[in-house]
Amino acid sequence: MSVKTLTIDGTAIAIEEGATILQAAKEAGVPIPTLCHLEGVSDVGACRLCLVEVKGINKLLPACVTEVAEGMNIQTNTEKLQTYRRMTVELLFAEGNHVCSVCVANNNCELQDVAVQVGMDHSRFTYRFPDRGVDISHKQFGIDHNRCILCTRCVRVCDEVEGAHVWDVAQRGAACYIVSGLNQPWGEVDACTSCGKCVDACPTGAIFRKGDTTAEKVGDRAKLEFLVTAREQQQWTR
Amino acid sequence: MDKIKFATVWLAGCSGCHMSFLDLDEWLIDLAAAVDVVFSPVGCDLKTYPEGVDVCLVEGAIANQENLELIYDVRRKTKLLISFGDCAVTANVPAMRNMLGSSSAVLKRAYLELGDVTPQLPDEPGIVPELLDRVVPVHEVVPVDIFMPGCPPSADRIRATLEPLLKGEMPVMEGRSMIKFG
Ligand code: SF4
Ligand code: SF4
Ligand code: SF4
Ligand code: FES
Repeated sequence: MSVKTLTIDGTAIAIEEGATILQAAKEAGVPIPTLCHLEGVSDVGACRLCLVEVKGINKLLPACVTEVAEGMNIQTNTEKLQTYRRMTVELLFAEGNHVCSVCVANNNCELQDVAVQVGMDHSRFTYRFPDRGVDISHKQFGIDHNRCILCTRCVRVCDEVEGAHVWDVAQRGAACYIVSGLNQPWGEVDACTSCGKCVDACPTGAIFRKGDTTAEKVGDRAKLEFLVTAREQQQWTR
Repeated sequence: MDKIKFATVWLAGCSGCHMSFLDLDEWLIDLAAAVDVVFSPVGCDLKTYPEGVDVCLVEGAIANQENLELIYDVRRKTKLLISFGDCAVTANVPAMRNMLGSSSAVLKRAYLELGDVTPQLPDEPGIVPELLDRVVPVHEVVPVDIFMPGCPPSADRIRATLEPLLKGEMPVMEGRSMIKFG
């Protein structure tokens, strides 16, 4: 396999053809904030948090879905990128209904974490306060659409790792929501094996275990990575 | 040098931020030595917000007519206004009623549909302030100088925000210990 050489924030790095900028940055030890990226499932470029600047290209590119090319000169933390990242996170907060103080994921939420990372101390965008629902028809789990950022990690983990494809994205634009089965209550979807992978995949408090209350959702992301390595490399212990 | 004129106000919030302020414990004694508390539900008996305030901590969102009038008054008379806690910064729990729609829908739900004895709408003009249709964070109404998130902000966070101000410096609102919501 051929190798590409490139620089990320001034650090020279060589990586195999077909790798993404995000993988290359990881290799180079350069942290890029992400939300919709999840190790072990495919990337879709939904959240735009991982945008980077590539010299000679006058638009910003999402690192998780852009393949490396020979001689690329990449900047990951310019003032422009910092500005856009903070706006992106503010928009995510203003779009849904995030009330961290009463949220099951408080203190364990990736959206909270990136808000701190990008330095968001308030949202400059007007909150929408959309009217969204909660589905607690499943015996063990619930989904609160108020906290959903439409990253589609649940959709991909259920489809690609569990093979059940319970979730999908319904509607368009601001009306988008995560839909279960054929727009049925989650508890009525026969395809769901109650494996709980979507609970661990969800970066926010949108999908949770019933019975967990404020700040009690403690995600186990490592479990998903373990499952994927187990399957791909036959390593069955962790 | 004159002492810093310090105020705190309580709008649509649960008073938890003020309780957290009281958690400053013995540092309150140092604070009291460095400032004049000119208006505060926990530190002063005055009922009208005075002129020439240097620093004001504002707890709570803007939810009714009284909050609205007070915050305009506070802004006009204050040099440095701090949004104090998640209700002030994001509108937080008080804003969960926004999902129901206008104030009349909220009142109908709370006082008629859920009122088990003598359901009736509160109506005392001049005494019970009218609800605004939408609960909003402070900075959607007046300019805010410093944002201190948290529900409530911990005493450490409050101290780390106020201490530099006493020395005439601006606090650095960065990192998990200073700006994590919730
Ligand atoms: S999902 Fe995260 S950001 Fe949203 S309310 Fe819950 S803790 Fe806060
Ligand atoms: S519990 Fe498992 S099968 Fe059911 S929706 Fe979640 S990931 Fe899919
Ligand atoms: S439910 Fe969770 S994992 Fe699924 S799209 Fe929403 S935020 Fe992402
Ligand atoms: S992590 Fe790349 S777009 Fe979300």
